Amino acid sequence: MNVAISNSSDKPIYQQLFEQISAQILKGELESGYCLPPIRQAAQELRVSIITVKKAWEELERCGLINTVTGKGCFVAEFSPDEILQIRNETVLKQMVSDASYYKSFGLSIEEVVELLKKIY
Amino acid sequence: MLALDIRNLNKAYPNFQLQNVSFQLEKGYIMGFIGANGAGKTTTIKSILNMLHIDSGEVLILGKNIAEHEIELKQEIGYAFGDIDFYTRSKIKTLTDVIKKFYKNWNDETYYNYLRRFKLDENKKIAELSTGMKVKYNLALALSHGAKLLVLDEPTSGLDPVARDNLLEIFQELVVDGEVSILFSTHITSDLEKCADYITFIVNGQIVKSSEKEEFIESYRLLNGKESQLEQVKDQLISYKKNSFGFTGLIHSKDFDPSSEINAAIPSLEEIMIYFSKKEDSYV
Repeated sequence: MNVAISNSSDKPIYQQLFEQISAQILKGELESGYCLPPIRQAAQELRVSIITVKKAWEELERCGLINTVTGKGCFVAEFSPDEILQIRNETVLKQMVSDASYYKSFGLSIEEVVELLKKIY
Repeated sequence: MLALDIRNLNKAYPNFQLQNVSFQLEKGYIMGFIGANGAGKTTTIKSILNMLHIDSGEVLILGKNIAEHEIELKQEIGYAFGDIDFYTRSKIKTLTDVIKKFYKNWNDETYYNYLRRFKLDENKKIAELSTGMKVKYNLALALSHGAKLLVLDEPTSGLDPVARDNLLEIFQELVVDGEVSILFSTHITSDLEKCADYITFIVNGQIVKSSEKEEFIESYRLLNGKESQLEQVKDQLISYKKNSFGFTGLIHSKDFDPSSEINAAIPSLEEIMIYFSKKEDSYV
């Protein structure tokens, strides 16, 4: 599992953790059954507070990406390809919502946004 | 289980008073205690340790009242204040030999580990130690008798950035297995952004807020707007500064209407402290 945290980023640290780990799960880099490090240990190694890690893990669980087995730890959940697609779309959509309001604030139409996206994609 | 449970603490001095100070620290977590100089941090910490007579209120440590179980509880508490001002002509070694007799669970191995880690020479006299080394010596003492609760008053002030970082690393190591809890006061807020789970903020003898760190920061917004927009929000702002480009001010998130065109950002702990102190000033 690879995680790089930036203290200068605008994003809260738990969100950085969540985004990076969820991306690795969705891309299949972390396979189902992979055991995440215990919360307190992860906090110590990453030099962040315990509650920050807890929040990230909870968010992962809420999205169905990991399962917590009491007394054993947190494991990457099993998914069918369809489920992966669905979770991926939901995750991307969240980001799009905030992006969309940014584009709207400039008065861009959907066609204009698509045109611009095509240029950089 | 609560490591520390402070309920309605009151203590009046001629020119200052602690008013209804209450907060709780869950076992196994780190709490940062912030506030300006003279806000009541040390008075609160002294009350926790039963070092002064409080007018009313209760302090429970690991479920027991400190006033009733002081001797027993002090075995479980490690505490450190910035300075050591007794027996300054003695060597570290001599002073430690005296202090360790008070603790049933004193562990020499742990103690020497910390001495090595802090690069302290036990043959040095207290008077010869720099401020930072005194802090470290104090911490070594506090950490060597298996304390379950650490109460530290400004442990990082006087330390250089490298030593501060080392210390924070030690704090995080200590809480890993969930047995030890730490309360430390500081005004170096960057220390807390890294490792604290909870923040308690005291202004002028009263607790403004005590909560999880992220919730704490999220409950405020730093606004940045044009002077013409100031009137819209002026009444809700905790305090604000005007400059030739407009204004910046702090507001409770719940009072802020996100659909307004004023630019809002999440403040740092330092910014929160600064705007609260400005509010105090404006009353004077």
